[in-house]
Amino acid sequence: MKSGLTTYICKITNIKINTGGIKMIDKAHQKTTDKQKAYWRKNVATIRNLLIIWVLVSHIAAILLAKPLSNIDFFGLNLAFWFAQQGSIVIFVGLIFYYAWRMDRLDKKYDVQEIRLTSNKKSNKGASV
Amino acid sequence: MSLEILTMILIIVTFAIYTYIGWWAKVKDTKNFYVAGNEIPAVANGAAIAADWMSAASFISMAGLISFLGYDGTIYLMGWTGGYVLLALLLAPYLRKFGRYTVPDFIGDRFYSNGARAVAAIATVFISLTYVAGQMRGVGIVFSRYLQVDIVYGVLIGMAIVAFFAVIGGMKGITWTQVVQYCVLIIAFLIPSIAIAYKLTGNPVPQLALTFSDIAKRLNTLQIDLGLKEYLKPFQNLSLLNVLCVTLALMLGTAGLPHVIIRFYTVKSVRAARWSAAWALVFIALLYTTAPALGVFAKYNLINSINEQPIEKVRQVEWVSKWESTGLLQLEDKNENGKLEFSADKAVNEVTIDRDIIVLSTPEVADLAPIVIALVAAGGLAAALSTAAGLLLAMSSAVSHDLYYRIFKPTASDLQRLKVGRIMVFLSVIVAGWFGVHPPGFAGEVVAFAFGLAAASIFPAILLGIFDNRMNREGAIAGILTGLIFTIVMILLMRSVQIFGSEKAIINSFFGINAQGIGVIGAILNFIVSFVVSRITPAPPTDIQQMVENIRIPKGIGEINT
Repeated sequence: MKSGLTTYICKITNIKINTGGIKMIDKAHQKTTDKQKAYWRKNVATIRNLLIIWVLVSHIAAILLAKPLSNIDFFGLNLAFWFAQQGSIVIFVGLIFYYAWRMDRLDKKYDVQEIRLTSNKKSNKGASV
Repeated sequence: MSLEILTMILIIVTFAIYTYIGWWAKVKDTKNFYVAGNEIPAVANGAAIAADWMSAASFISMAGLISFLGYDGTIYLMGWTGGYVLLALLLAPYLRKFGRYTVPDFIGDRFYSNGARAVAAIATVFISLTYVAGQMRGVGIVFSRYLQVDIVYGVLIGMAIVAFFAVIGGMKGITWTQVVQYCVLIIAFLIPSIAIAYKLTGNPVPQLALTFSDIAKRLNTLQIDLGLKEYLKPFQNLSLLNVLCVTLALMLGTAGLPHVIIRFYTVKSVRAARWSAAWALVFIALLYTTAPALGVFAKYNLINSINEQPIEKVRQVEWVSKWESTGLLQLEDKNENGKLEFSADKAVNEVTIDRDIIVLSTPEVADLAPIVIALVAAGGLAAALSTAAGLLLAMSSAVSHDLYYRIFKPTASDLQRLKVGRIMVFLSVIVAGWFGVHPPGFAGEVVAFAFGLAAASIFPAILLGIFDNRMNREGAIAGILTGLIFTIVMILLMRSVQIFGSEKAIINSFFGINAQGIGVIGAILNFIVSFVVSRITPAPPTDIQQMVENIRIPKGIGEINT
């Protein structure tokens, strides 16, 4: 039986798999479901933590707490102003780099790295940037 | 050599490079046309996204805008960068895994509805069109100001160049051209900023000069002395509520802009989508952390060299007379004491500064060689053209791919669709050019529209489509329509003066939130309505639920297929 997922994979990868192949993929799919759920939970937790920092440095430090923090000197500026016009942006960059790095490791750990099912390109290093 | 000739040469050289790349990267099939065959490396894609994102307004107007808003200018700085965090964490990797061409593609497939697809396609065209009109205008202004060409010819030349490499090269041509355009625009922005930072503080790094010297405090004191608003104190120009809502609306809107999202389809893997977003924000942050520093330096320098000075002496300064002749700098000795005086009171204020002058005049103020002034002109053009190209592609793909192929004629061949795609780019260029020559009177208002609509419709729909497996067709459509209608009605009511020409705004604000920030309320309503409606209607079909499970894991990514 062709499952929806398999149909979808076949559709997006544009490959024809014979029925035997489909059964194999189906089994592999069921086996990895728990692992994939754990991967997704870790991913969502990472996103949640990073977005908490995102809110802290922008909406909290530079807006909601701007009045009190603007009384604290930060070199030639005040702390709230530094967050509002410099710090938050630099931290945003850090957040995205951390996420990309962390997800690379999670992908490996949970064995969900992408693989190229079609290899008509020069290489099949699907995971290379 | 005169400045005009130098500028002309530099513009011709950069255009020749862009055109060559457009020709070099010419494509023959739809996949390359729309998504560059998914073979763009992450760093290059990051630079292209950055060029795509930073428009003529970011390049020319933003530093000036911030220098007039002071602290509250953070709405643009955090709003237009913070959105990338949402994009990178919540949308980009999954949309790449989904692996189609356009934003309406995802919404139509995920919510198994051509109605949703059509609504998303129309929203895409509307958002992109409002944006592209401003870019064409920017091209026209650069041409007319630096080369004394009529603005109509300026727009026409810009249209021809954009059309050439968009129609011939598709996404592949656009991407590589944008990489070069990023280099041109960032160099053009950094050189004057570094020069003026060094001149005023002795520190050549603008970001460090702003943080570690006392220049910002000196500007703050200067502004207080002149009776202007404090520069370093929050909420002098906007209320706390508005700063919060506008920042959030710009963040959600950034993450929901179709021409930005579409870039993440062009990378070759889920992993590359994450890294592309990271590189894009690095390249964007380079300009966005320099701009507030430049704003402080230029404003300090401007006030210092004009205030309390004899008007005759000021007029002898070369850059003052030049910018005064363009009308961007207005000097008038109202009390006839022979000196120029700043004041917060319009009736006695003797110096009026257009915000665009902050970036445009910096090279001259900092005594830089004419080549740098020419470079700034080329940089402004690069910013406008790269953004226009990305917008044209987003628009043409929404019409030719989503409306024509997916809804009206699913049997269309690859060749037919490529042809329709190219015709659409061509038509979009003409429409954009028309708006560039005849800008609508409410041009400034449409930007609030574009971000508000993207925040209230596209962002929530995609987010729920990925993170809420139970979200169904009924919920999504009800949510999108609620968000869209609420936001459109609110903006129309608040900006009725500019849009309908009514005597005064029908409503001033929505519980204190202005038109720029209203998209946040639209987005919240969208989330609530989507959630409630989806829970009282049947769950989506199993194959859709499995598709959602599938886009959540990188494994099994394939070639993009139609």
